[in-house]
Parts: sequence; structure tokens; C-alpha cells
Amino acid sequence: MKIAVCVKAVPDTETKIALAADKKNIDFAGVRFIASPYDEFAIEEALKSKEKLGGETTVFSLGGAECTDVLRDALARGIDSAVHLNDADFAGLDTLSTAKVLAAAIKDGGFDAVFVGHTGSGGDNSQVPSMLAELLGWAQTTMVVKFETDGKTFKAEREIEGAHEIVEGNLPVVISAQKGLNEPRYPGIKGVMAARRKEIAVKDATALGVKGTVGGDKIKVKIKEMLLPPERPQGKKLEGDADTQVKQLVSLLRSEAHVL
Amino acid sequence: MSIGYLVFVESRGGQLRKASLEALSEAKRKSAGESVTALLIGSGVKALAESAGKYGADKVLVADSATFADYSTEAYADALVAAVKACSPRFVFAAHTAMARDFVPRVAARLDAPCVADVMELRSEGQNLLPVRPMYSGKCLGVYEINADLAFITLRPNIFALEEAGGSATVEDLAVTANDIKAKVADVQASQGNKVELSEASIIVSGGRGIKGPENWPVLQSLCDALGAALGASRAVVDAGWIDHQYQVGQTGKTVSPQLYIACGISGAIQHLAGMSSSKVIVAINKDPDAPIFKHATYGLVGDVLEIVPKLTEEVRKLHEHN
Repeated sequence: MKIAVCVKAVPDTETKIALAADKKNIDFAGVRFIASPYDEFAIEEALKSKEKLGGETTVFSLGGAECTDVLRDALARGIDSAVHLNDADFAGLDTLSTAKVLAAAIKDGGFDAVFVGHTGSGGDNSQVPSMLAELLGWAQTTMVVKFETDGKTFKAEREIEGAHEIVEGNLPVVISAQKGLNEPRYPGIKGVMAARRKEIAVKDATALGVKGTVGGDKIKVKIKEMLLPPERPQGKKLEGDADTQVKQLVSLLRSEAHVL
Repeated sequence: MSIGYLVFVESRGGQLRKASLEALSEAKRKSAGESVTALLIGSGVKALAESAGKYGADKVLVADSATFADYSTEAYADALVAAVKACSPRFVFAAHTAMARDFVPRVAARLDAPCVADVMELRSEGQNLLPVRPMYSGKCLGVYEINADLAFITLRPNIFALEEAGGSATVEDLAVTANDIKAKVADVQASQGNKVELSEASIIVSGGRGIKGPENWPVLQSLCDALGAALGASRAVVDAGWIDHQYQVGQTGKTVSPQLYIACGISGAIQHLAGMSSSKVIVAINKDPDAPIFKHATYGLVGDVLEIVPKLTEEVRKLHEHN
């Protein structure tokens, strides 16, 4: 089975967000990049599928220099090869353009499945997996918490509101990973050492055949301005023993906040 | 020429979803006389079409066939594509639900149109809409600019007001040929968990390390039952295996905006705050008076969760008995 994994380099979830001077992005000064948390489940599922059925795994990441460490980390966990999709034209891509670049990188690779996190932490768009499946003309299942394949068909369990859906279909498929899909392994020392020596292939817009079709005026949605959420008004700390505090709270929730 | 609004209205268990009707209400408010068309997809959903009129649809397109009895991304995508072709809207709205998140971006890609997801506010600028949406799980907000004749927008549940502003709608059957179904739902298993979905609940009671152990969830569940609330949890207790991930609030969990959020024994890690700080009223109960959660709380109670919560449950019960 030939498996692709898409990984996004995102600011560590611990990051305290400040805005850049032009308010069109966040301030990246001092920000540490990690693989988007859901992408770790995608990497793990790719490794597990390969362990079961054999084959090979390739990780793709779209972005600038911040992708290198994230790709190396995937190699250290056991992914066979890495491709960095990097071009000045790829700055500020919207979700559709991002999916177009990924589709161009994946379409002729003979892959049977793509694993990707269900949302990239930060942009929080949760669109690229579905768009990628459409552009490839493949089946898809998003927000997957359980996955099985025999190399020809698949069965996936996805989380919806108050229920799980069991989806059955044929490969090739794009699977977007939700937390709970598996327990991601950590890279071992041997893996880290081996990953350092591996070469990361770099492909630009021309090599991918997307020059002039993504980025620039092809971006259909962009950020006009970023804002910090409004400051919450100063709250009240209630005083007294537990009984007093509780009585006071119920009274405030009714007569002041009007939520009871 | 693209004009008007198309709203995908999701139905489940023979009912239109509230979050979808919120999206429909918002389309009506923004439409300023432009047409508002609703789309229903399913098997036996035609009976529900009329009620879509009440929430602002002038016309309801119905894709009603056995093909749509079980959800499949491709069939639902085909129906939405057919509806877009039938009414050439400028904007397609849907509630930001698991279903819409799955197939709406697929349709956007097929029609080479942009998609803006999980929108919390729609500002108007001339004829255009500027969607405002949370990024970094709500640590900041993005105001977006759309440069296209057709755009897909999914609206966060519980934010946009439900409004019965419409009248009667004309109902039309929509012909859809869905012939390339690559995967479909074979079974749906109800989760054992909240009756009210977290992201749609108007009251949430959430527990963290301060509840001391998984054996104490019933203490919080009693308060949920008294309030008609959904139960939530911090990442710390999910990672510790005290409760399933479906309950997790915050970054890598669910982002919620209820009317009332009661954080019980949650210290307030930045990832948790990101997921709930847009709640209208926040109550924090924690024994550590310096816990970061108190900086965000409307009302703070310092003390042991296991002592305070049962008393609160009792007071809420009394209140309901009196009313």
C-alpha cells in the first residue's frame, strides 16, 4: 500500500498569540513550530497501515522553512520519505489553493490513501481534506476515529454530533484524522539519527505544474484584518462559605446575567 | 449573474436542525430583498419543507430520494451542486456541523469557489459580506475578504439568532443524478453521552483535574441534569483517560459558545481558554484562588468542587421547583 501523509507546520498550541504590525497575520517572532496536533494521528495511522499491509509512506508539507523540522520529525517516527512543497507563490494561500498544490503533488504518485489531520491548528478551516479528495476524484471520510483497510476497501468510523457513522468504501481515499484514532508514537533516538541523514525533496510551483494557477490573484479569500478577541469585563469573586457563595451565584445568574 | 442566497438545511430524525435554521434566519437578514432558497436533502424530507419558509426561505428545493437515506459525501455533494446550478446564488450558507464540514468544502472545490468555515459574525460591506471567524481556536479573530462571484460560508451554531421572519415558501423538487458514490454510511451508532451536543448546548458544565477522579463525574452529571446542560471536560482529564475525547473543550477539542459555561476544577490552560472564552457567562469553581481561569470568569467561586457543585445542584433544583 502506498500512503501519503500531509502535515502542516503550525505554532505550538501553547503560543500566546500577538498580532503582526499590519494586523494581517500573527506575530511569528519567537514562535516555535510543531506539526499540527491532528497530523500526528495521521502519521501514526500511515505507519500502522504500512506495518499491517506493507508498502511505503511519504510525507508532504506545504510552507516555508518552518516545515523542515516537522518533516524530519515525521521521518524520525518512521515515514520513508519527505517532500517539501515550497515556493514564494505559496505564501498566504487560501484553502482551495492549498488543496490544489497538495493534489498536484499527490495525483501521479500511485497512492492508495492520504492521511491528514482533520483541521490545521491555527487556520482551523477543516476544508483541505475534503477539497483534496474532490480534486483527486477519490473517496473521503473526515473526522475519523477508527480506520481499517485490506488494501482495496476501507471501513472508517467518523465522529458526528452525538453519534458515530460507520463509512464503507473503496480505496483510494482521503482520511482526515480526529483525536482518538490512535496513540501516536514518539520518535526514538535511532529514528532521529536516521532522519537527519535522509534527504528532503523540495518541489516548487513549476515542478508541480501549478505555476500561475495558485497564489496571487487566484487567492479568492484572504484576511483583511485580524483582531484579538474583546477583553472580558472584570468578573466578580464571590465571598463567604460554600453555602453563601452558591446562593449568591444562583441569584446573580438569575437577576444579573439572566441565564437561569 | 449570481444573486441571492442558498442555504443547506440539514435534517436529522425527521426534524430540521436548529443550527441550520439559524443559518437560514441569518441569510434572510442579510438578503435585503434578494432571494433566499433553502435546500433539503434526504429521504422523506419533503414534509419538512414548509417549515423552512417560516425562517425566511422564499423557495425550498427538495432532493428527496432513497439515494439520500444514508449520508454519502458524493451524493450530498451532487445535490448541493445541482441546487447551486438551479439558483446561481452569490452565497451558499450551511451550519458548521460534522456533515457540512465533510461535504461543503468538496462542493466548493468542484465549483472552484472559496469556502469560509465556522463564521461567528457576518459584516456587510456594500454588496459583499465580510465573514469574521475565530482562528487559533479563538485566541484571535480573522475578518475575511471574499473575491469571487460564488462563496460557501459555514456558520457556527448557537451564535446567529433564530428568527421566524418569513412566510410561506414555494416547494420544488430538485432532480439530482448521484451515480458515482465511492463511500457511504453503512451504520450510525448513537454515542453514549450528552443528549445535547456540546457545540450546540446553551449551558455547559465542564470538569477538570479538580474533580479528583473519574468516579466523580456523577456529581457534575447531576448538575447537568438539573440545568439541562451538556457535560464537558478539560484536555488534562481526557488525556488521563477519565473521559472520552468527545467531551473535550478547547484546542484539539471542541470550541463552544454557550450562554453559560461552568468550569469545575479547571485551572484554565491557554488551550482550554481558547475553546470557551466566547461563552456569554463563565462561572469558575476552583480551590486555587490564583488559577488563571478566574481572570476570565464572570463569577468566581473559590472552594472544593466536590463540596460546591452538589450545593449548586440543590439550589438549581429548588429554583425549578418554585417556578
